[in-house]
Amino acid sequence: MALSNVVETPASGFNFENVSRNVALEGLLEGGHTKAPKPMKTGTTIAGVVCKDGVVLGADTRATSGEVVADKMCAKIHYISPNMYCCGAGTAADTEKTTDLLSSNLTIFSMNSGRNPRVVMAVNILQDMLFRYRGQIGASLILGGVDCTGNHLYTVGPYGSIDNVPYLAMGSGDLAALGILEDRFKPNMELEEAKQLVRDAIHSGIMSDLGSGNNIDICVITKQGVDYIRPYQESEYKDKRQRRYKYRPGTTSILTEKIVPLELEVVQETVQRMDTA
Amino acid sequence: AIMFTQVYGDNGKMKEYHYTGPVEHRFSPYSFNGGTVLAVAGEDFAIVASDTRLSEGYSIHSRDSPKCYKLTNTTVIGCSGFHGDCLTLTKIIDARLKMYKHSNNKSMTSGAIAAMLSTILYGRRFFPYYVYNIIGGLDEEGKGAVYSFDPVGSYQRDTYKAGGSASAMLQPLLDNQIGFKNMEGVQHLPLNQEKAVQLVKDVFISAAERDVYTGDALRICIVTKEGIKEETVPLRKD
Repeated sequence: MALSNVVETPASGFNFENVSRNVALEGLLEGGHTKAPKPMKTGTTIAGVVCKDGVVLGADTRATSGEVVADKMCAKIHYISPNMYCCGAGTAADTEKTTDLLSSNLTIFSMNSGRNPRVVMAVNILQDMLFRYRGQIGASLILGGVDCTGNHLYTVGPYGSIDNVPYLAMGSGDLAALGILEDRFKPNMELEEAKQLVRDAIHSGIMSDLGSGNNIDICVITKQGVDYIRPYQESEYKDKRQRRYKYRPGTTSILTEKIVPLELEVVQETVQRMDTA
Repeated sequence: AIMFTQVYGDNGKMKEYHYTGPVEHRFSPYSFNGGTVLAVAGEDFAIVASDTRLSEGYSIHSRDSPKCYKLTNTTVIGCSGFHGDCLTLTKIIDARLKMYKHSNNKSMTSGAIAAMLSTILYGRRFFPYYVYNIIGGLDEEGKGAVYSFDPVGSYQRDTYKAGGSASAMLQPLLDNQIGFKNMEGVQHLPLNQEKAVQLVKDVFISAAERDVYTGDALRICIVTKEGIKEETVPLRKD
């Protein structure tokens, strides 16, 4: 049965249409002393664990752009299908778009076939796309889901490699998280124990890695359904300041003022209260 | 038709994920260890504050490595940048202070230390100390003084200055709150010690939110004619 894709798969081989353009653009920018815009990387800790009843995924919520924190509450666990979620590390735009594309394709497939997609199918689509782009798409993904064949956890690397293992960590904080997972992972864990383990693994990544931080998101996928807990744990560091920094109206100086009256005729007037709480 | 494109850079060097030609391994004598320092001068006091995180790349070396060093009873220096050079530079300054004291039978004044540091730094003009220095202390009249430096010794006296990794985030905020820049119709109240300390704490909390290299704890040294008082405040550790 043919797989219907939203986007057409190129007829043959590798698609490098934009690479020569990119190289030329880079040369142009470097010569003119301006830098190409730096893509925002997530500098992340993501982890996943297979337990007795399903799969538990976890992620931190910090997105960095170089050494500056760009987003303190970014969502790294992406929806793929009702029975699958995917954590993404690497370039933020790449993980967003790749998972969106996968989700759209799988929705069309399930409408066509009347079935819930299987995890292996999602993994194969991801692998196919990332390999085709030869690593230019900087997305390291952890895909977890439950289907009729069982509970699965896969990782897909930016070059298209896959790994099917019971516990995983990716991102810049992966070594810190993996330390916790290697120490305390047991096969067929209870759900609560698995949630605590993933939480601890992400926490270790947050404390040891400068690219990860802020809150922890957890996603629990079981046969019965999905529990997307965001945030599972809020950061214990609240930014409480000692003084209030408010500016009165008139603090910014007005240099010139020009008023242009609009000539309007009131035809109908309705008032709708806005909730400004 | 298969399009053959120049995927790799011209000189065959490592580009992003692709390795092509021979790789030249370069040993860099410098490393960036992060950290932010800040100094504020008041009417009769000076504050030098720094975070205590020592990092390299994406890892943390230490959560308790303050960057303020006491030089004399009236002067504190804050150094951030390459930690190896910070340590050596402060050792050299300490030695020179001792030499001066033994020759001239008095301690160096803040202004004199600043001038001396400038010559020490310029002495290494062609293999610089990778350190961003800010000196805070009291001048001969007992008024607060802040001297800020660049890595090769250019310096000037300021009222307030931020240096280090989060300096670009802090300096505009200080310009607004202490220098009253870009504000109309606001009373130019002189900065008293309590408000200055509150401001420094708030400003570092903000820096720790958005700069990955700043955090863990904040060490504040307050210099008055009574002496030097130290205060430590926790910051975010993630």
